[in-house]
Formats: sequence, C-alpha cells, structure tokens
Amino acid sequence: MAKVVVVTSGKGGVGKTTSSAAFATGLAQRGKKTVVIDFDVGLRNLDLIMGVERRVVFDIVNVIQGEAKLNQALIRDKRVDTLAILPASQTRDKDALTKDGVAGIIEELSKDYDYILCDSPAGIEKGALLALYFADEAIVVTNPEVSSVRDSDRILGVLQSKSKRAEEKKDAVKEHLLVTRYDPARVERGEMLKLEDIREILAIPLLGVVPESESVLRASNTGTPVILDAESVAGQAYADSVARFLGEERPHRFLDPEKKGLFKRLFGGRAA
Amino acid sequence: MGWLDIFRARKPEGGSTATAAKERLQIVLAHERVSRTREDFLPKLQQELVAVVARYVSIDPGKVAVNLDRGGDMSTLAIEIELPGPKVAVAR
Repeated sequence: MAKVVVVTSGKGGVGKTTSSAAFATGLAQRGKKTVVIDFDVGLRNLDLIMGVERRVVFDIVNVIQGEAKLNQALIRDKRVDTLAILPASQTRDKDALTKDGVAGIIEELSKDYDYILCDSPAGIEKGALLALYFADEAIVVTNPEVSSVRDSDRILGVLQSKSKRAEEKKDAVKEHLLVTRYDPARVERGEMLKLEDIREILAIPLLGVVPESESVLRASNTGTPVILDAESVAGQAYADSVARFLGEERPHRFLDPEKKGLFKRLFGGRAA
Repeated sequence: MGWLDIFRARKPEGGSTATAAKERLQIVLAHERVSRTREDFLPKLQQELVAVVARYVSIDPGKVAVNLDRGGDMSTLAIEIELPGPKVAVAR
C-alpha cells in the first residue's frame, strides 16, 4: 500500500515544485518506487523542473476522462528508473479534476508504487484541496518570510479539517516542516526570520532546512532535480531531508553563515 | 562577490545553464502556443489508430504505448502496439 504525500504551502513561489521534484527523485534514488503528480491544472511546471516537458503525451485529465490509460500518461524518468511523473493538463480548466477521478488514479497507483507525491498548486482552491485530500503525510514548504509562514499556518488548518483523514476521523495527516530559501547570513544580521521562530510559530516537526542556493536556478534551467547536484548545499539538504523522512537521524546542516576567509571575501565565494 | 566576477561575466554564453533554459522554453512554448488554438488531437489519434489495428489483429488496448519527443525543427511520435503472438494449441 503506497503512502500518499502532499507537498503544499498555500503561498506560491516558495519552492513546492522544486521540493516535489527533489523529494520524488531522492525517494526513488533510495530504491522506493515513486510517482510524482502535478496537480496544477492549467499551469503545469513539474514537467519542466523534472526535464520531461518534451515527452508529455497524456496528462492526469486525459486519464480521468478515460482518453488514455494511466500507464500511458506516466512518464518514466530516464535518470532514476524507479521514478515516474504524471503531468497536469495545460489546456483544460480546473473543473476537469474530480475527487472520484483522483481517487481512482491514487488507488491504481497504490498497487505499483511505494510513494505517491502530490505537488500542490498554490492557493486553497480545488486543485490544492484535491492534492491534499488523500494525503497520509504532508510536507509544508515555508520560506522565512511573514506571508509564507501565515499561509503555511492556514494550509495546516485545511489539512486538519478538509483532508480525507480529517473527514473520516482517522489519525491526522502527519505534518513535516520544510524551510526553503533560508539565508543564515541574513538571519545573523537580523534581517530574516530565524528557524527557531518559524518552528515556534508553526509548531510542527522539522524535516529539513534548504539554504538559499544558486544551484536551484541552475537545476531548473536544465530540468535536473537539484538533489541530483550532490555537490550543492541545496542538493545535500534535500538528500538529508529525504533520509529523515525515511526515519534516519541526520543533524541539520547549513544553518550558520559560511565563514568566509579573506581570500573568499576578496575573490568572491558563492553558495554552490 | 569579488572583483574577479567582472571577468566571469565574459564567459562564453554557449553551454551555460541559462542558454539551456532559453532553448527549452522556446521549444515547449512553440508547441504550447500551437495547441492553444487547436484541440489536442492525440487522444483521438490514438483511439482511431488502435481501432484500425484492432480490425486486423486482436490487441489489448492497455498494451499501447504512445511516446513523443518534441523538438525544435522536428518532433517524433512513436506509437507502439503490442501484438499478441500466434496462439499455440495446447495438447490435452
């Protein structure tokens, strides 16, 4: 039986798709059969971040409407063989996603996969609600920024009231906090919310902290999930987070500003 | 950033990740702009192709793989239909 994990945030632009791509790839790298579903109908982007945009034939709406079989719509990743992507539709409107349709897809995927990752659209409308409805666990992606923290709190409320687990009064959806775009130097200067402040306000278990890193843009430029850039701090932070998600103990890294020597200060050192 | 970055900016453009980003966007957007004005024909194309093949051979509609590779100058559409092997009579 597969575990359904939603990657959500409420706010847009905080790194849901980057995190979904990294997490799905990381789980698959560790041998878990993983499928990642883009729920952002009309504004799909997971295909670009995963670098499979040229291979999209059918999408989730085609499957729901019976125009294609599920296994025809799944795109097998060429880098990690236990990974598949189910793209969102780019042309249909959001009403094409139905609860019954998504339920059918998740049920069918559950037979073949260990993890089903649902990449939520921003907001708390239909697509976002359907992305989280079937979740067993939730990764709440939050930036150290007031509007993001507020929206994360809002989405936690939605998880606790509108998910299937909430409706059926089962065990609550297991919540994980993933802080992204964290800049320790700005935190030290008092310009950015501290990790401890975010944890105190949201009060859910911390899964990981991904530092602001130039490698994230490079990764999206080329359509390579950033976790495959094992040299980069962001890639390493995601790999740590995946390990923790699977129950491993790993200390949090990259929480303090990089100490720059005179040489680096003069000649420029960038976050890899 | 240090003063050496002045020289970094002169690095040749080719092969940079930004160039890759631009090329990928040009290809994907060219295809999406066309599909905005025209209905997605792939589901119907597939159904009709399978129907034609099924007139001659009995096939499993679940064993049809449609693969697409969108390119700048040219795209390839590969439709793979698994044909069942000849049934061998089993001696009783």
